[in-house]
Amino acid sequence: MDWHLLIAAAVKIVVFVFLMTLPLVAMSVWAERRVSAAIQDRVGPNRVGPFGLLQAVADGIKFLLKEDFTPAHVRKTYYWLAPALTMVPSLLTCAVLPFGSQLFGEKMVIADLDVGPLFVFAIASLTVYGIVLAGWASNSKYPFLGGVRSTSQMISYEISLGLSIIPLVMIYGDLNLGRIVFDQAQNGWALLPLWGEGLSLKGFILAIPIFISFIVFTTSMFAETNRLPFDLPECETELVAGYHTEYSSMKFALFFLGEYAAMIIGSGLAVTLFFGGWSLPFGWLTPASPDAEVPFLHGCIHILAFFAKVIGFILFFIVVRWTLPRFRYDQLMRLGWVFFFEIALANVVLTALLLWWLG
Amino acid sequence: MTFLFYLFAALALLGGMGVVVCRNPVSAAFSMILSFLGLAALFIQLDAYLVGTLQILVYAGAIMVLFLFIIMLLDVQAEEKRRFPLATFAGAGAVVTAFVILVVLVLNRGGTAGKVLPALNPSAPGASDTHRIGELLFGTYWLPVQIVGVLLLAATVGVVVLSKKELK
Repeated sequence: MDWHLLIAAAVKIVVFVFLMTLPLVAMSVWAERRVSAAIQDRVGPNRVGPFGLLQAVADGIKFLLKEDFTPAHVRKTYYWLAPALTMVPSLLTCAVLPFGSQLFGEKMVIADLDVGPLFVFAIASLTVYGIVLAGWASNSKYPFLGGVRSTSQMISYEISLGLSIIPLVMIYGDLNLGRIVFDQAQNGWALLPLWGEGLSLKGFILAIPIFISFIVFTTSMFAETNRLPFDLPECETELVAGYHTEYSSMKFALFFLGEYAAMIIGSGLAVTLFFGGWSLPFGWLTPASPDAEVPFLHGCIHILAFFAKVIGFILFFIVVRWTLPRFRYDQLMRLGWVFFFEIALANVVLTALLLWWLG
Repeated sequence: MTFLFYLFAALALLGGMGVVVCRNPVSAAFSMILSFLGLAALFIQLDAYLVGTLQILVYAGAIMVLFLFIIMLLDVQAEEKRRFPLATFAGAGAVVTAFVILVVLVLNRGGTAGKVLPALNPSAPGASDTHRIGELLFGTYWLPVQIVGVLLLAATVGVVVLSKKELK
């Protein structure tokens, strides 16, 4: 048994998942409330701690101390299982995201898999069970409708989500997220090919299919994470609160946190694939090769760069939520199946033709 | 890592048992997902990352969701109350015995079955399993892949025609 590997993995899991991602979840709940307040010309939570920053702690304590009420008509086993099934897959997908270059000669990714994006999609596709089970186990009609809606929505958008990154994979010729990021660090981010080999006619032409991919990917990500404008599973004007109507206290909080964790992982994947992950623009502080020694300070800057980009993306998620109205359900389905599915497919063919033409 | 093999093999087997034993169809479906997850973990232990991931993505993530979806929309209560005649158990026993005999025969047949093959070097260039599978599918076996694609397309069109009543 390789103890060094095990201990390194354990430290990375604790630091990245529990000390970075989970606090980020709490912070994004706070950011959501503050930004929405700013957009609606309100003040938002500003009482607990400086700028209301400790509001998340207060909310957490409240959720933990509340009476954990289980309605009499629910299917107990599955009712208890559902919140965990929503939260766990979201956190599992952290494993393959490269959140930094190196620290102490150790790659800043928990599992350096050769099937990174596929792993994320595979685990993320398990999130739907939590929602479906919550809807079914609640044994009442609004949660059930919410669960059914979310199933069909997530299945529909999973297809365009998966298809949308195929052009990127074709261009990089690799499924390892670490190597994709390193390639972008040297030759320009996928969406910003302004240095290295990216600064050429080929780079600019290939930016077209990548941009289409980005639009499809981001929109599908909104639908997958059940965020407005696609939050039909918990559409309160039609379904009370959707699949978590019957839930209270910490079990409700887990659904809530699961949604934000999924949002953060989605942002992390988008940043990794389209905005060069941990790399700084214009090849600054980029190591010479994937295995080259990275100074401690540079390693820290890379981690900060990754989180700065993720936070930027989360703010984008939040602003979109408070700007756009909700789609109607048939519009949502038509958008997924008639537009995005076809656009993503056509984009794959377009990329293949462009790659063939450019040699 | 033998411990992990036994853990995930037990998970897969328990899941398989659950599919048969559980009265509640939703529990049965979940046992099946558990079994798929165990299988995927076994694939990954064999360094077959792509197959393991696809196992989760396709079976646990897509097909079982549809299964569950249908089960939940149907009446679950009727299935739970159903009684099975003794003949069903006798038939099941016969199938299990036949399967066990088959496995024993296959393992004793010689050839590559039952032998340990030399491991591939996964870090050699172009030797990642994704790369190999891609080369096989779109190089050596390109024609069968195309035929399967057309077959699936025909099935999809057929489903659309059958579900649209006014087209008949």
